Amino acid sequence: MAKSPASQLITSSEAIDGHFGPYGGRFVPEALITALDELERTYNAAKVDPAFIAELAELNATYIGRPSILTEAHNFSKECGGARILLKREDLNHTGSHKINNVIGQALITKRMGKKRIIAETGAGQHGVAAATAAALMGFECVVYMGAEDIRRQSLNVARMKLLGAEVVPVTSGSQTLKDALNEAMRDWVTNVATTHYLLGTVAGPHPFPTMVRDFHSVIGIEAREQVLALTGKLPDAVLACVGGGSNAIGIFHRFISDPSVRLIGLEAGGDGIDTGRHASSISGGSSGVLHGSRTYVLQDEDGQTIESHSISAGLDYPGVGPEHAYLKDMGRAEYRSVTDAQAMEAFSLLSRTEGIIPAIETAHALYGAMVLGRELGPDATILINLSGRGDKDVQTAAAWFGIEL
Amino acid sequence: MSLLSELFIRTRAENRAALIGYLPAGFPTQEMSIKVIKAMIEGGVDAVEIGFPYSDPVMDGPIIQEAAETARAAGITMKKTLEVVREVATTGAPTLMMTYWNPIDRYGVERYAEDFHAAGMEGVITPDLTFEEADEWLGLTDRLGLHPIFVVAPSTADERLKLVASKCSGFIYAASTMGVTGARTSVSSAASTLVERLRAITDTPVCVGLGVSNGEQAAEVAKYADGVIVGSAFVKAVLAHPEDPLPGVRAVAEDLARGVRNR
Repeated sequence: MAKSPASQLITSSEAIDGHFGPYGGRFVPEALITALDELERTYNAAKVDPAFIAELAELNATYIGRPSILTEAHNFSKECGGARILLKREDLNHTGSHKINNVIGQALITKRMGKKRIIAETGAGQHGVAAATAAALMGFECVVYMGAEDIRRQSLNVARMKLLGAEVVPVTSGSQTLKDALNEAMRDWVTNVATTHYLLGTVAGPHPFPTMVRDFHSVIGIEAREQVLALTGKLPDAVLACVGGGSNAIGIFHRFISDPSVRLIGLEAGGDGIDTGRHASSISGGSSGVLHGSRTYVLQDEDGQTIESHSISAGLDYPGVGPEHAYLKDMGRAEYRSVTDAQAMEAFSLLSRTEGIIPAIETAHALYGAMVLGRELGPDATILINLSGRGDKDVQTAAAWFGIEL
Repeated sequence: MSLLSELFIRTRAENRAALIGYLPAGFPTQEMSIKVIKAMIEGGVDAVEIGFPYSDPVMDGPIIQEAAETARAAGITMKKTLEVVREVATTGAPTLMMTYWNPIDRYGVERYAEDFHAAGMEGVITPDLTFEEADEWLGLTDRLGLHPIFVVAPSTADERLKLVASKCSGFIYAASTMGVTGARTSVSSAASTLVERLRAITDTPVCVGLGVSNGEQAAEVAKYADGVIVGSAFVKAVLAHPEDPLPGVRAVAEDLARGVRNR
């Protein structure tokens, strides 16, 4: 991987006028349109500007630590019916997850727009930490909106954001989780749009966010495809990733979309189980609607009120999903399955004990998906998993789950 | 001609601005919301915007958020909102709705337009619907003679302002400031500039909302706008006396009604 992957940014040509089929678009107050237009113009110019591409490649290589490595999980393979398991190690990125890929890209865009203040929403805190990191690096003021409930369960990341110089604003409305943090960030943005860039952390929201955020994460799939080919001489049979908003999943899926033999499988948070109603599986258990600026699959009641999602994983605890996933689902190009809290924690424990890698609880949903799929496909199969984040932030939650006294 | 269009002919003849009052349906309860709206009309509100309390109101500040939460906790639904609209329309005041898009989308766009039109609703303000996403909606409002009302902002560029204005009927909702709903100590000067820009491109009446809460502010806005939109001040009046909100609500309306006549 001598050549920088950032020079191969996948273009957004398949989104037409900001829509993925019937999904996506812009459902936002008119006050934000000028800013979204400016963002789209700036991004479209940047992504073909050699200077921008070079600067992003440089930061990818020397700050994030790209390319991230590929680890073959020989021991965990036994838990997956003997299938060959390859882990794309986004957990080894600076700040501990894939989130930094998008953040560095958008921070450069922010600089290009001449804005000095960024705001971000965060669930697990991984995006907030990444945003606070980029703000520290580039000298931006940074405000992170975080649900009060998430602040409680991700206190380590809250401390990290504060150490990095960001202001963390607790959001006490609604379910006090990621969706409400997003609402509050939108309100801030409507008010301060002239000076502020909303550094949205996932492939949701109004156009151009789903396309732009996807492009910044597509480096994951570009690298992984080459690495898998170099290691195994063939394409994987399936690519797996957890899906909340869906940024790590779209990041690893995207380069494989034109490889028809490769199954793309997103694992949604099943909480207590879809049939209990307490889950965060927007595709498996939701319906078409409009949330946070775009049309997509949404957890909603008969009046269109958003139903609060439930998951042990703060990063997947979101009642919507990126519009491109909704489209991939409808096209049949990607499959989406649901993994419960208990199943994810089983995989969390197994990977930790068999490979010495403590995954984020979000990622553990994808790992459980591999345990099921590996048994379906058998030992001849190769499964690529996006190991999207590390589990340091989840130690408290996991300790409580497994009854470990701290 | 709709009651709303007749209202602006009348207010122009009387050389005053119209007073448009907003309340979330079902706040604080379904029954009381109807009484509060009737008190608003008795106090001098010319036209009513009935809000649908939505779970994710990104354009609303803390006061309207709280009202929406209260109404949802008290069990408001689209079906009950339809009853509120029907009751309010019997007063003869132009009756509009203001709602985020997803509740309409979920109800069924055509079914919504037909049911609520039949109940007496004359138009809908859609704060998060861009005209690019509104083809089906505009076809229906056109067929039924409903007023589609979009919200424009000080940041809206000239070209776009022209386009949005051309899609509005009844009136154009001009957001006075960059921000969310809620009372402010002063109404931003951005409002008069925005109204001026609209005057240059359209004859459709322009009403100003966001931040107006008393007669003095209403008088100021009435100098350049066809209508003054007030929401949070009514919600506050209800929250101040939840047991007996009507006298306070009526007083707020009377103060504002004097304001819109004091150009």
